[in-house]
Amino acid sequence: MPGKPKLYYFCGRGRMESIRWLLAAAGVEFEESFLETRDDLLKLEKSGALLFQQVPMVEMDGMKMVQTRAILSYIAAKHNLYGKDLKERVLIDMYVEALMDLDELLMHHPFQPADKREQDLANIVDKATNRYFPVYEKVLKNHGQDFLVGNQLSKADVLLLEALLMAEECKPDILAKFPLLQSFKARISNVPTIKKFLQPGSQRKPPIEEKDIPKVMKIFNVAQ
Amino acid sequence: MRLLKGNQEFRSMSGKPKLIYFNGRGRMETVRWLLAAAGVEFEEIFLDTREQYVKLIKDGSLMFQQVPLVEIDGMKMVQTRAILSYIAGKYNLYGKDLKERAFIDMYVEGITDLMHMIMMFPFSPPEVKEKNLALLMERATQRYFPVFEKAFKQHGQDFLVGSRVSWADIQLMEAILAVEEKIPAVLSGFPQLQAFKTRMSNMPAIKKFLQPGSPRKPPPDEHYVANVLKVLTEEWSPH
Repeated sequence: MPGKPKLYYFCGRGRMESIRWLLAAAGVEFEESFLETRDDLLKLEKSGALLFQQVPMVEMDGMKMVQTRAILSYIAAKHNLYGKDLKERVLIDMYVEALMDLDELLMHHPFQPADKREQDLANIVDKATNRYFPVYEKVLKNHGQDFLVGNQLSKADVLLLEALLMAEECKPDILAKFPLLQSFKARISNVPTIKKFLQPGSQRKPPIEEKDIPKVMKIFNVAQ
Repeated sequence: MRLLKGNQEFRSMSGKPKLIYFNGRGRMETVRWLLAAAGVEFEEIFLDTREQYVKLIKDGSLMFQQVPLVEIDGMKMVQTRAILSYIAGKYNLYGKDLKERAFIDMYVEGITDLMHMIMMFPFSPPEVKEKNLALLMERATQRYFPVFEKAFKQHGQDFLVGSRVSWADIQLMEAILAVEEKIPAVLSGFPQLQAFKTRMSNMPAIKKFLQPGSPRKPPPDEHYVANVLKVLTEEWSPH
């Protein structure tokens, strides 16, 4: 039965959040199965559902897909969020790969030991405002279009919006020097499917709370 | 192919892709493998000095201030996966449809995680090298190789996905050889992968790439590590 995609992960952002964003932006309804304990993860592994013993895992179209990038690429291609040709696709890929690098820093930030947090935050802000955001600001300035690539919504726009909002959570005025990113943020937030995802009650996950960090580290067997 | 160093710029008149990176494997090696397997000749510029790197940043060649950089088809491409996806797409190494592409992507991502361990190996401090080697062995033989062994066993075909060679096969071949350099008997429990390795070694373009004098780079040594650190770090001094 061609049902909705089913997402297997813990009840938090992590590596699955970009996938939630992309499915939502594509207007695709999805279900979620949350891992609460390490046993839940081990049980899933034992069932053979995880190709490389890791989550995220998304069941869709008869496949048990793993590997965040593979999942994102499949969704993007299937739902026309990957540009119109190879050249647009490679631009989207370049932009997205960098955003995933930034995302990696943002994702790991809450898990840094307390004495490293300030320095880590400084590094994130430095990379965001000196390496990544200037690139997208310039892209938008150069072509003057609404979307990053090919004048239509793509995976790159969705992931950029996600990154901008997460960066603002870290430092509310982080977009102060980026007027075009500010207007991009407003514009893309108003895309109907994305607007819906940004409303309370959607499947968008909140930032992880301090109290939940030990639980998540236990699920993934990360030394504390 | 070593080209002009220092302040001289090289303008590629040949139309061949141009690879800009350190003179070693790192993140560029898979790009070399993929181009070679596709039968595409390419040129290389090696970063030996910090000045070259700073100049590349200043003239806007490095979108995110990072290498690898590949100049191809009028574009200055960065981000390894973006480069590899483009080459795979252009040279028909990406399967025949979306589902085959999904499998190629999944396999490639897994292999990339394994290769990442090998890539970071020379940069890890001596006291953790033994632990890292043990982890590499565990991951290779318990997590990654069994998946590909099983895939070949189940479908009995020559290639990992579909009926023709793809990016996944090329990157798996690269990974097998790289792991074997560290753990020579690593394929002993994997007869399908042994046969795969032999098959791939005999493909003309790969056979050529595996011969001395090809653009294939040797395993990284202390000189490579020192060079990378020198080029990338603002304040670096030998000790």
